[in-house]
Amino acid sequence: MKFTRRDFLTTAAKGALITALPAGAIKFLGPDEVRADIDSSGKVRWAFLVDTFKCVGCGLCVKACKNENETPYGAPVTRTWVERYIIKKNGEMLADTPLGARDGFTDNKVRGDEVDPKDIGKAFFVPKLCNQCDSPPCVQVCPVGATYQVGDGVVLVDRSWCIGCGYCIMACPYGVRFFHPVHKVAEKCNFCYHRITKGMQTACVDACPFGARKIGNLKDPEDPVTKIVLTERVGVLKSEYGTKPQVYYLGLDENVR
Amino acid sequence: MIAEAAQHAEVAVHGMEWTVKELFTYPNEFIYWTIQIVMYPFLTGLVAGAFVLSSLYHVFGQDDLKDIAKFSLLFSFALLLVAPMPLLFHLQQPQRNWEVMLTPHFTSAIAAFGMVFSVYMAIVASEIWFVYRKFFVERVNELKNKEGLGNAILKLIYTILTLGVFDVSERALHKDERAVKMLAGIGIPVACFLHGYAGFIFGSVKANALWMTPLMPVIFIMSAIVSGIALCLLTYIVIMEWQKFQITRHGRRSWHMSADEVKGAEIDMVRKVSKYLIGFLVAAITLELLDLIFRGYTAVKSWDILRSVIYGKDFFNIFVLQYSIGNLVPFVLLLLPGLTVKRTVLATLLVLFGVFMMRWNVVIGGQAFSLTFAGYMHYHLPIIPHDAETFKEGLFGALLMGGLPFVFFWIFNKIIPSLKYK
Amino acid sequence: MKSHAWRPLWLILGLVGIILLARPLVVPSDFGTGERGFMYGYHRKSNEDEWKAFKVKYRTKEYCKDCHQENYESSMSSKHNAIQCENCHGPAVDHPEEPAKLVIDKSRAQCLRCHSYLPYEQSHRSKIKGIDPKEHNPDMECSMCHNPHKPNLGG
Repeated sequence: MKFTRRDFLTTAAKGALITALPAGAIKFLGPDEVRADIDSSGKVRWAFLVDTFKCVGCGLCVKACKNENETPYGAPVTRTWVERYIIKKNGEMLADTPLGARDGFTDNKVRGDEVDPKDIGKAFFVPKLCNQCDSPPCVQVCPVGATYQVGDGVVLVDRSWCIGCGYCIMACPYGVRFFHPVHKVAEKCNFCYHRITKGMQTACVDACPFGARKIGNLKDPEDPVTKIVLTERVGVLKSEYGTKPQVYYLGLDENVR
Repeated sequence: MIAEAAQHAEVAVHGMEWTVKELFTYPNEFIYWTIQIVMYPFLTGLVAGAFVLSSLYHVFGQDDLKDIAKFSLLFSFALLLVAPMPLLFHLQQPQRNWEVMLTPHFTSAIAAFGMVFSVYMAIVASEIWFVYRKFFVERVNELKNKEGLGNAILKLIYTILTLGVFDVSERALHKDERAVKMLAGIGIPVACFLHGYAGFIFGSVKANALWMTPLMPVIFIMSAIVSGIALCLLTYIVIMEWQKFQITRHGRRSWHMSADEVKGAEIDMVRKVSKYLIGFLVAAITLELLDLIFRGYTAVKSWDILRSVIYGKDFFNIFVLQYSIGNLVPFVLLLLPGLTVKRTVLATLLVLFGVFMMRWNVVIGGQAFSLTFAGYMHYHLPIIPHDAETFKEGLFGALLMGGLPFVFFWIFNKIIPSLKYK
Repeated sequence: MKSHAWRPLWLILGLVGIILLARPLVVPSDFGTGERGFMYGYHRKSNEDEWKAFKVKYRTKEYCKDCHQENYESSMSSKHNAIQCENCHGPAVDHPEEPAKLVIDKSRAQCLRCHSYLPYEQSHRSKIKGIDPKEHNPDMECSMCHNPHKPNLGG
């Protein structure tokens, strides 16, 4: 093998470059990675925490969400909703979410039938919203690139690009997607992207008087949500689908669907 | 205020019209994929099936299929043009359909389907061109000396169809034959791929417990071939009967055979094609039953709700309409000795119905249960339309889709007489 | 190779060429692969800003407190201090410009969201003071006796 002067020079230059760099920087970053590192979005991963012990089923979150995000108030579809679970002492599960709990739960009737308090083994409320999955199946199946995930983890829908095929609605195991009754395109919770990117909380988090809902940044170790996710026992919904959901639940029950 | 405007706008939730919910379902769940999405794999299946039938002759030299092969090729093209229309009809923003071709997101089965579909369309169109090229040239030459606007238009159409090639020498025609054989050969895997993809669209939806199985594409291909052969056979019989009727009634010489000759050729063809039909039918049913047995035996989390749908809510649709009337009865009809044309007509109609019900039970059945696994949704097909939505996604929208291929085929036959031309 | 057999192929390639040439005319220039790669990040970049520019309607207590200081303070010192003004008064949006007046929800149903007693021990609901709406003055508005800003009777 011939070792030319040119080879020598390049090797020497490489060697000088490597020694000049701190040890941690030897990892070669692609242009996208470099951009992601510089971009502030590389330092944000939005996630949600729901404390099911604190939820009282008032539905103020649903009301606020519908107004904030212009989901027709009378329509049964909604970006967020609250479910009620009543597990009877005989093991039977009753669950409902009338109008997504837009008007809250004000009586002890499930689909018109009064539940005898003596029969109740346990009962609780579970708020639901988009999980902004790390591997969102809804985005994977969009044929035209009308729904996508931003670097900060939020999945958005481009209303001017969606063709309305409904494939994303079918692909979501959590049933969070629907066709917007006015815009006639796929619609979903986006963690109130217009609010969180302005330093505000989501409308549902603000509306909840009990602190059952929290939004935070998983990449910030000082964030209260991050602290809870990392230090307490939290669960996620339907992990068996491999979607890596980013809405964490405290006090999740095996009956929750 | 924007919010108020949205609130006071008419609340038309897509799917609410025809969905009845039972027990615990999520608030956003409705039957979003309706009869048009049943029509879509049904029509795609017919395309693939018709093409495979024509290829059996062109590639594998099944000479017994010669007559039906040319006809089924053109019919396949008519079906092909209609196949994506149910999807288009179903879109909430149909005017944006071109995005599937211009910004395709290839991780989506639907985007990939658009590409496969176009390739397939190109193959079938080219094959038709090679098969009928000589005829186009002949027509142009015939029309050269004729007067009149009608003839001028016809001549223009045929001239365009020749693509400027007027060489009909032996050598050129031999090249045509080789090209047809090659295209038919490429076409078979592409046809299977096309329809396998239709199966993939459903089979890959992991959120849907009924749809998600790797067998789905294979099941779809098999039932596609079954339905395609059945439809070609049925249409062939109808056209032959019509010719016979015309010959005996009017003594018309549009056909160069006597009524008896037509009858003899017809029953001969019917018996041959029905053998292929039985073979593919057995393969299709075997796969479907295999899928069902595996689901029951492995009984994963979703099995409780699936069982209640398969053996309960949809029992009539699946076991009576699909398996019994749509599969078992025609199977027996075709297998009994002394097959007649009448019996074949009944059998092919039942086979087509059976495949349609299979699509129905997959598409609608897959949405008959909630993602909660604790509730159900019932689909009520809109019959009498009262707005665009209930027409598009109702009985008449589906019938329109079912009728269009025949209209297209009729129009094509004005230009390319696939039944008379030898 | 010069043979008539290639004619359909040239035609098809020509059509594909036309589509590819037309593409930049109809597809926005910022359409492409974003931070999450092709599978999860294929989109029109400017849509992100469109969503960021979406109108905020709920402005929170911070927005109310300067003008409505008295009401703000009374509610903050009451048991209802965790409840946002806008939960009952409606979203402020650009109030007082638009809308000039907010519609207050004083309905019984609004109070019953929390104060209709439900026997769900495992939920915080059962810890809230609740009534049976069928028994507790069914024909009266709650606000006739209870001041939502100072909910304790006589407060």
